[in-house]
Amino acid sequence: MAAVHGDVHGHGHEDHHPTGIMRWVTTTNHKDIGTMYLWFSLAMFFTGGFLALGIRAELFQPGIQILEPEMFNSFTTLHGLIMVFGAIMPAFVGFANWQVPMMIGAPDMAFARMNLWSFWLLPIAASLLVSSFFVPGGAAAGGWTFYPPLSTQGGLGVDMMIFAVHILGASSIMGAINIITTILNMRAPGMRLMDMPLFVWTWLITAYLLVLVMPVLAGTVTMLLTDRHFGTSFFNAAGGGDPVLFQHIFWFFGHPEVYIMILPAFGIVSEIIPTFSRKPLFGYSSMVYATASIAILSCVVWAHHMFTAGMPTVGQLFFMYATMLIAVPTGVKVFNWTATMWRGAMTFETPMLFAIGFIFLFVIGGFSGVICAIVPIDIQVQDTYYVIAHFHYVLVSGALFALFAGAYYWLPKWTGHMYDETLGKWHFWLSMIFFNLTFFVQHFLGLAGMPRRIPDYALQFADFNMVSSIGAFGFGMSQLLFVYIVIKCIRSKEAAPEKPWDGATTLEWTHLPTPAPYHSFEKPPVFKPVSH
Amino acid sequence: MAQIDKTENNQTMMKKLLIFSVVMFVFGYAMVPFYEKFCEVAGINNLLQPDKLAKSMEIDTDRWVTVEFDANTRGLPWDFKPLQRSIKFHPGEPVEVMYEITNHSDREITGQAIPSYSPRFLEKHLRKFECFCFTRQVLKPKETRVMPVQFVIESSLPEHLHTLTISYTFFELPVGSKAVSEK
Repeated sequence: MAAVHGDVHGHGHEDHHPTGIMRWVTTTNHKDIGTMYLWFSLAMFFTGGFLALGIRAELFQPGIQILEPEMFNSFTTLHGLIMVFGAIMPAFVGFANWQVPMMIGAPDMAFARMNLWSFWLLPIAASLLVSSFFVPGGAAAGGWTFYPPLSTQGGLGVDMMIFAVHILGASSIMGAINIITTILNMRAPGMRLMDMPLFVWTWLITAYLLVLVMPVLAGTVTMLLTDRHFGTSFFNAAGGGDPVLFQHIFWFFGHPEVYIMILPAFGIVSEIIPTFSRKPLFGYSSMVYATASIAILSCVVWAHHMFTAGMPTVGQLFFMYATMLIAVPTGVKVFNWTATMWRGAMTFETPMLFAIGFIFLFVIGGFSGVICAIVPIDIQVQDTYYVIAHFHYVLVSGALFALFAGAYYWLPKWTGHMYDETLGKWHFWLSMIFFNLTFFVQHFLGLAGMPRRIPDYALQFADFNMVSSIGAFGFGMSQLLFVYIVIKCIRSKEAAPEKPWDGATTLEWTHLPTPAPYHSFEKPPVFKPVSH
Repeated sequence: MAQIDKTENNQTMMKKLLIFSVVMFVFGYAMVPFYEKFCEVAGINNLLQPDKLAKSMEIDTDRWVTVEFDANTRGLPWDFKPLQRSIKFHPGEPVEVMYEITNHSDREITGQAIPSYSPRFLEKHLRKFECFCFTRQVLKPKETRVMPVQFVIESSLPEHLHTLTISYTFFELPVGSKAVSEK
């Protein structure tokens, strides 16, 4: 992805920027920063993946084999935190950095230096999280949701985690402000809001969600910090606080957060499906309204994470129905994607395979989500592997598959070289098979009552756990193939065709050469609206 | 000129969004009093306020209930026990039981007792008029105190319940913090 050199550009003027390492440290170019975001999130994806494989290795057989229970708890906690805040979210911000300016015809992000800031906060936060494994007392071990009283009791590792969350929150807020301003103020003349590509739309809504809830998370962890060190009692029952209050504030952030991780995925898929179906997206405006409805609804459903924490029946009913209501706009989206493919001249290159895999598996995750929303069932499956299976179907085969789809789709535009189609297909099929091997069986484990975050289990769970662990290692190894494909693509000598996807209609394909020049759209393009 | 306008627009927008973020940060904190008020109005979590006495308490002489008493301390050097393990009485009858706490240490310690009832939802049928958990307890070194709990189990208690448990746990109050009962 780093192959956008000064000698390959389409505007015929010199690009002045430092070379070597200083280029990356000092750059304010949205493409360079996007590249750094993507490499960073890939590194974090493998760090979080390493932790996941540690968990699965321990769960390969009943009994305690390789991880002591305390270490196991740290592994599950940090796996969640690193994947959510280090891998998935920065990866989408990386896509936004690369794609938003090119798709709306802007020369760069609105605040280039702030953009650099929000990136460089990430490695600092990540090193805090990773190095907390090596401090006395070990890394935070109370789960990625860091509920008190566990999180008010842990050692230095918890403080490092709190600090890391503060930094990550600041980074996300700055990134979101940048994206909103870019989208609202810097579109090509003539491009109205309802002319924007869906990826841009979903990111605009996501960025609003970010500025809405990330400050609340920052407030929550600040309360935790003052409870730990400055004698306040927000969450300390003896001092007049209430641990359930933490859960309310946390999930007020936490539920919109899961949509922050999936809405840009919807955007990517909404770009890819029409391209490879060679048809305009079916129901463009309903897609926009569905995205907005999902975002608004996501702010009033948070307590469905807390059905067993104690709540009046009226509250349970409200949160149950509000949650199930989200299935309606989500259903609209799935319908529109399917209708876009209907009678389209479809081809199945790797981006399309991942996009279709996304729809197929995300719907499974969506259905298990509706099941979890039903109070009496949720009381059964709360904190079991059923929930683990559910949110890995929406986050791995949802968010992550969409990221892979987007990466394959735009790699030729970014690098100027084509990726290896055969290897890409291998990557897809291996991921698909091993993903389902890992997580489908976890539905059964959860329904049978296997609790999450426990390093040991009863003997009747042994077979499914072994299957799941084999799947997990297969899935992890398959992702090394992705790294190989990306590096091979960057180093390839062969130039990609100007427009490798004949169905693509967005500005970066129609108005920019391949690879995209280091500086693009310094003069705004002439945008002709197409009727949706 | 257009370029300057654009930069200015961007700056204005950034300021608005930054203010919005700060407002949301404050909103996170505002959820704390809101939550407390909500619980108070909705009658959730008010285990630490005295209940009002109903005008006529109907005594159901056909039934007996047994209430068992439990006492725990968490992290403070106190001895805490009920002076009677259990009592048997009719629903609707007012009862008084005594608890005793002793501070074994050489320092003054402030504690707050938090109640817990079993089975679930017992609080709907339990009216407490007097309890040591309504205020913080300050014990001097080696001091012993005997404290009452007065309550009624209402006759609305479901028929199938015969044995109930009322449990208290004393927590040490950090110096300077407010007790639940004082909010």
